[in-house]
Amino acid sequence: MQEIPQSFSLALSLIASLDANLLAIAGLSLRVSGVAVLLAALLALPLGAWLALARFPGRQGVIAVLNGMMGLPPVVVGLLVYLLLSRAGPLGSLGMLFTPSAMVVAQALLIFPIIAALVRQVIEDAWGEYREQLLSLNASRGQAMMALLFDMRFTLITAVLAGFGRAIAEVGAVMIVGGNIDGVTRVMTTAIALETSKGDLPLALALGVVLIAMVVVINLAAQGIKTLAMRKHG
Amino acid sequence: MVKNIAHAAAAMALTGMLAMPAMAQDKFIVVASTTSTQDSGLFGHILPIFKAKTGIDVRVVAQGTGQALATAKKGDADVVFVHDKVAEAKFVEEGFGLDRREVMYNDFVIVGPKADPAKTAGKDAIAALKKIEAGKQPFASRGDKSGTHAAELRYWKAADIDPQTGKGGWYRETGSGMGPTLNTASAMSAYAFTDRGTWLSFKNRGELVILVEGDTKLFNQYGVMLVNPAKHPHVKKEMGQQFIDWLTSAEGQAAIAAYKIEGQQLFFPNYVALRKAA
Repeated sequence: MQEIPQSFSLALSLIASLDANLLAIAGLSLRVSGVAVLLAALLALPLGAWLALARFPGRQGVIAVLNGMMGLPPVVVGLLVYLLLSRAGPLGSLGMLFTPSAMVVAQALLIFPIIAALVRQVIEDAWGEYREQLLSLNASRGQAMMALLFDMRFTLITAVLAGFGRAIAEVGAVMIVGGNIDGVTRVMTTAIALETSKGDLPLALALGVVLIAMVVVINLAAQGIKTLAMRKHG
Repeated sequence: MVKNIAHAAAAMALTGMLAMPAMAQDKFIVVASTTSTQDSGLFGHILPIFKAKTGIDVRVVAQGTGQALATAKKGDADVVFVHDKVAEAKFVEEGFGLDRREVMYNDFVIVGPKADPAKTAGKDAIAALKKIEAGKQPFASRGDKSGTHAAELRYWKAADIDPQTGKGGWYRETGSGMGPTLNTASAMSAYAFTDRGTWLSFKNRGELVILVEGDTKLFNQYGVMLVNPAKHPHVKKEMGQQFIDWLTSAEGQAAIAAYKIEGQQLFFPNYVALRKAA
């Protein structure tokens, strides 16, 4: 069991020495998951808000499916994107397989339902609360959506962060569509999987500690921005 | 709503473009290879030498031999570098691969708990497998259609044993790479069949040691092939061929021979020797 304390000191020394390899891998993790969360949020925010306000037959079914997709297995999403992007697949001519762009697509697909489902819930609750007011102002549905999204923006940050956390922590999808190529598509999680398979458990765990630290710092930053903004505009 | 979607699409295209140039590098080939060449560190040693000479970046996707050949069949790699002669021959026969060359070999070993309850230690791999089966000793198998798995199955066959009869009991298929399988074997103090390279660079050995080695039947030949551009026109055939030519050149062969862990040579180049013999 000495691996666990050993990995913590290893993690500290990796961070302290600003290991160039580690920086590149951590940077790619942030870049891939950052772009993925941006894409997913840009689509999920309007769609989630629309679904919160819209009334149509089968809506409950759509919501159930969306909520269910929050548990999409990363390896299945990875496989699907792999088959689409493979040279033998329908989008093969793009030559995107085994590139960071392919990883962005897979992660965006994976977290879109998470963000959309959470946004839907938040906006629907807010709609229940502000419905009378918005209707008395004669707001159109589009205006009501925008108003609620704006009003709930601080709560929605949490939905987006949940998506980001899922993206940066998953290994199944990026392993398949990225290929874990050294210096090109290797991210924190695939590096951890690789070190585990080499039997270097302390290093693998140390990388895990670094990854968790990164995610915590990002969440702290988001929390800080939120608090500041709420004080200013709240 | 329509406007929102249009915005989102525009933003998607924009971020897509922003993300690409920083990440792309144009002079590269994709090589589908095996975990044994990657995990052992061989590529980390030879690829920088090749890059310095040619400027070509070799992107290695390390998978089991079966998966690597499947990747290449779909056209998702330019070169395949694997170790399963039978599967490679079939790959070439079906027209997916060109110009197969034998590059190097390493050897397989059987590892197991130091106490060696099945008394397998020695040189004879077949006898060792027979003893493991007779003693119903735990044995961790890759079970993933990799080159190493295929080789392991050939030795069971040679020993006239169907390991599937021990499935769920002493014969345990991990369905994963060599490293994860060794991790499992180490945790269960089980016997396992592995290539020497992965074993030498493997750190979580626990109670495991090499018990059977040196049997000439345990040689493990690696072959390299270009993915047939006639099947997949986008294959970078010039650069792929350059890589194959370099691997089989005197310089490439010397680079392979020079790679050592703890003073032990892992891969033995034999392209030239085989050429002379032929």
